[in-house]
Amino acid sequence: MQSPARSWREIPQRYRLEAAKCARCGFICFPPRLICPECGAREFGPHKLAESGKVLTYTVIRVAPQPFCDQSPYAVGIAELDDGVRLTAQIVDCDPAALKVGMRVRIEFRKVSEEGEAGVIYYGYKLVPE
Amino acid sequence: MAGIIGYGAYIPRNRIKVEEIAKVWGADAPSYKKGLMLEEKAVPSPDQDTITMSVESARNALKRAGIDPREIGAVYVGSESHPYAVKPSGATLAEAINAVPAVHTADLEFACKAGSEGMFIALSLVQAGAVKYALAVGADTSQGAPGDALEYSAAAGAAAFLFGKEKPIAEALETFSFTTDTPDFWRREYMHYPQHGGRFTGDPAYFKHITGSAEGIMKKSGLKPADFAYVIFHQPNGKFPFRVGEMLGFEKKQIEPGWLVNKLGNTYSGSSPLGLTATLDIAAPGDLVLMVSYGSGAGSDSFVFRVTERIEEVRDRAPRTRAQLDGNKNYIEYGVYAKYRRKIRKAE
Repeated sequence: MQSPARSWREIPQRYRLEAAKCARCGFICFPPRLICPECGAREFGPHKLAESGKVLTYTVIRVAPQPFCDQSPYAVGIAELDDGVRLTAQIVDCDPAALKVGMRVRIEFRKVSEEGEAGVIYYGYKLVPE
Repeated sequence: MAGIIGYGAYIPRNRIKVEEIAKVWGADAPSYKKGLMLEEKAVPSPDQDTITMSVESARNALKRAGIDPREIGAVYVGSESHPYAVKPSGATLAEAINAVPAVHTADLEFACKAGSEGMFIALSLVQAGAVKYALAVGADTSQGAPGDALEYSAAAGAAAFLFGKEKPIAEALETFSFTTDTPDFWRREYMHYPQHGGRFTGDPAYFKHITGSAEGIMKKSGLKPADFAYVIFHQPNGKFPFRVGEMLGFEKKQIEPGWLVNKLGNTYSGSSPLGLTATLDIAAPGDLVLMVSYGSGAGSDSFVFRVTERIEEVRDRAPRTRAQLDGNKNYIEYGVYAKYRRKIRKAE
């Protein structure tokens, strides 16, 4: 389980998909890093991830960890967004049996998890069929 | 002149048919379908709530407006299903669209008219020159008690409107509000489901306030029903908007483009605002549009908009409302619906 503070720190990425683009080689880091893993540069500019892409690969979770039991079976996949960034996320509003590699998806704002009935609700991005 | 500079809708993909609900409770589906003019309703996925739908509708409004979200000075979310009792939906929305931190935000609640309340305040702040742009969202994941008549209509959806003075797509010519203390529908603190006064929700509530509000704004603006290309009334069921339209002297063809309830259900705070988005999707420059909301308890806000030429340029920058309503639907059974809506009591 995450803490409210950790989730709060990740708001720019979870809510707004804010990434960092290396000023020297153009590599996009999501989440942002201090040093570019490609060229070692330390200068970055802002970059907002593309909102659509295609499914590169996915897996279907049938035996889920406790907080996600009610959602099984559900899909988690990696999408290649239209700006080339690869993003791991849950793929929802889609029958897992109908998922296909190469399928077009877009990002939607969803509830990711919550601390029971009384705790904090964590929001973020998920993928849905386009 | 101040007006709407961008609008956006969001309708979840899940649907449940009236027959599916009726068979669980031994009710007569054809009489509900005929009596209330309802066929199916939109149901949120388990990971959707008022906040997530507000964000999606606001993002669509921003795509149409094409403005820098950091220039939005006020964000209002009207709903009777805010996910938290204490913690603002508006703050999460403002954060998600990057309108933070120089922004005023508030959550509003007034049964089904919380969305139009936000529109009223947002527009007024822009007219007063207090903020450059203001965002108002009406969104709900409506609650209907299992087996109650409301269960056939209580639906989910969101509509967002950005107000500003530059390049409006619909100029706001007039506003009017009509409010009295009328106990037709309520939900007390800590209660899961609302209660209502049955037939009392009709004449002294919906019809009195909508006719009062519509007649008030027409008198104030010097307009008559025939002057309007379109009119949108709050849509608690299929029948009421047509009946109140007839009482006021409007024709069916003025109501139909914004009449979504037979396939959408009653999206409460999103109801008449979503009807306005569907109407703007097809309106032509110069058209006058009247929107009249209704919220139990009870009140009605009304607006006169005049559509501008800019509508043609922006309306296809985001998905149209009827495209969301008619496309990509996922029909669910009552059991799945009960699970999604947390109507099943589980072990602690």
